[in-house]
Amino acid sequence: MDSGEENRVRINGATGRKALFRKELADHLKSKRFLLLLILIGSTSYASLYGALTGLSDAIASDSNFIFLKLYTQGGNSIPSFMSFIALLGPIVGLALGFDAINSERAAGTLNRLVSQPIYRDSIIIGKFLAGTAVIASIVYTMGIALGAVGVLCTGLKPSGEEVLRILVFLTFTVIYIAFWLAISILFSVVCRHAATSALASIAVWLFFAIFMSLVASIVANAVYPVNDQYNAMVNSLSNYTLEMNLNRISPYYLYSEAVSTIMNPSVRSVNVVTMDQLVGAISGYLSLGQSLLLVWPHLTGLAALMLVAFGGSYIGFMRQEVRTN
Amino acid sequence: MAKKGKLRRAVKEEDGCQLQNAGEAAAPVKQTAENAEKENMEKRASEKGTPCIRISHLVKQYGEKTAVNDLNLTIRRGEVFGLLGPNGAGKTTTILMLLGLTEPTSGSATICGLDCERHPLEVKSIVGYLPDNTGFYSDMTGRQNLRFTGRLNGMDGPELEERIDHLLERVGMTKAADQKAGTYSKGMRQRLGIADVLIKDPEIIVMDEPTLGIDPEGMRELLQLIRELSVEDGRTILISSHQLHQIQQVCDRVGIFVEGKLIASGTLEELEEHVWKDGSYLLEVGVHPCDDKLLGMLYQQPGVQKIDKEGDKFIITSKTDLRGTLTGFLGENGYTVLHLHQRGGDLDEIYRRYFEKAGQSDERNEFENRKKHGFRRRKQSED
Repeated sequence: MDSGEENRVRINGATGRKALFRKELADHLKSKRFLLLLILIGSTSYASLYGALTGLSDAIASDSNFIFLKLYTQGGNSIPSFMSFIALLGPIVGLALGFDAINSERAAGTLNRLVSQPIYRDSIIIGKFLAGTAVIASIVYTMGIALGAVGVLCTGLKPSGEEVLRILVFLTFTVIYIAFWLAISILFSVVCRHAATSALASIAVWLFFAIFMSLVASIVANAVYPVNDQYNAMVNSLSNYTLEMNLNRISPYYLYSEAVSTIMNPSVRSVNVVTMDQLVGAISGYLSLGQSLLLVWPHLTGLAALMLVAFGGSYIGFMRQEVRTN
Repeated sequence: MAKKGKLRRAVKEEDGCQLQNAGEAAAPVKQTAENAEKENMEKRASEKGTPCIRISHLVKQYGEKTAVNDLNLTIRRGEVFGLLGPNGAGKTTTILMLLGLTEPTSGSATICGLDCERHPLEVKSIVGYLPDNTGFYSDMTGRQNLRFTGRLNGMDGPELEERIDHLLERVGMTKAADQKAGTYSKGMRQRLGIADVLIKDPEIIVMDEPTLGIDPEGMRELLQLIRELSVEDGRTILISSHQLHQIQQVCDRVGIFVEGKLIASGTLEELEEHVWKDGSYLLEVGVHPCDDKLLGMLYQQPGVQKIDKEGDKFIITSKTDLRGTLTGFLGENGYTVLHLHQRGGDLDEIYRRYFEKAGQSDERNEFENRKKHGFRRRKQSED
């Protein structure tokens, strides 16, 4: 090896990754975009808390256990709950943080300066993804915990240990869910040359999953297992419903909603169809946290897998892409 | 893999020890940083002239298109090498392969004995690359941009700050250093780009079209800086460009690159010699009045092979030096000589000649060819 090499060995992959992570994180935190997201999430959180507080007394009347969780799951005055707000708006956070991750660097000419530094090329995309995820985690945990704190102040309710754990699991699910959308938007930022195109493409995917997927699922299920007359309804309704639900579960939006409503509602005992047969002799009661988690473990792995597939796609795309801009 | 990692770690620890010792021995950090750079400089000076970049049988294909075709080139330590060629000749592709940013289809390139494809990280730590449209993070100041690059190169703390100050001063950007990079002009970005490249104290600097879009004053400063980097610091510099005049002023050797092939390389004198081997002279003549009658008369001069018209000048190709006879002739016939220049010796001409030889035919050349034929036909009719 050349003699000039020895004093340069201080370079290794980790140094570059750390520097990149720091820079990306600082960029995010200082950006106006982050401020906007914070205002969006903050205002919706408090709106939902207001809704929950107004609807709380009715909810307590029907079921007085796990009241603290109702701050997150209960809507009121036609204001959706925090949970459904996050399911719908969470993706916006992920998409906004990542849609111009790679293509803006390419357009500004900073990418070729970056790749000519002694860092591994994947450090760039890994650093961006990790920094984005860190920002997401900080937003989600801060908002979730702040919401609980305000709830304690307003209602005087005291969360039990299990409730706190359930909330933390819920927030962790949320981070993974939003990180999936971050990965999707980074994928589009690798594929699309212009930031606007990638923003539109990722918003299209979000709208599809949030709104149209359920329509598609029901159309497909009805086509495969028709329930249009009495006979068909009798024979097919179980298969029809199961198929529709499984198709829906392809959508991360549905997967997440199902999982967190199970976690935040201990009275949910099954996520699939339950026949009258199976219910015979069952004692109505609450599931423990462990059992609830067991119920949604496939959802968690599914969400994590979706996230990794999306990130893997952007990783491979980025690594195979030519550096040159023209 | 694991073995290599261990080895690197071992060397790193050793390196750490050295640093510590240096810190104990000489107290101020400033001195050690400058000393380190000076040491590198001296080392580079002692190694001057040995081969540094070796490219052998390098080929790069994009689908059907061959961007770089069997390139062989050796660049010696401490020299300024100009890679000349029109747009799309494969210059940038070659540079990207040197930095390990694009995989060659076949062939190999080594820098200081390091294979560019296998050890891109080591190569990139000794090669500074200034891309043709250098960009900076527009919402960070110039200083912050440099700091980020320094951190990517494993530097930090006062050593880095001191280095940044030193480099900003060197490229004349100290005043603008704390402005947002988004407010910089092209020339300022270019200077910051050079500071950015120098952060890692590279042995080799690769510049892709550095003279593009720079005003004359900026150009002068840039060329002077390039000279300094080469002569004072002893760095090896590879410049790719299609702007010949600038390159001519700073390069020790040039290579002419057309359609992925290196058709010639050497010092200017060598190339010139090569070009003039076929023994024809080129004379630029500008006269008043400039009419067709004159053209016919010029063709009748002994030794004239070909006459082209470029703007209001004639370019006369001949076997002998026509200057003496022609001035006499023009004077006798009542023409005023406005311009008389024997071509050759400058890169422009060499470049043009090589293009002709390589059969470079773009639309402009075709147009010129048509013009030439037109002139020829006229000559025949007048004969």
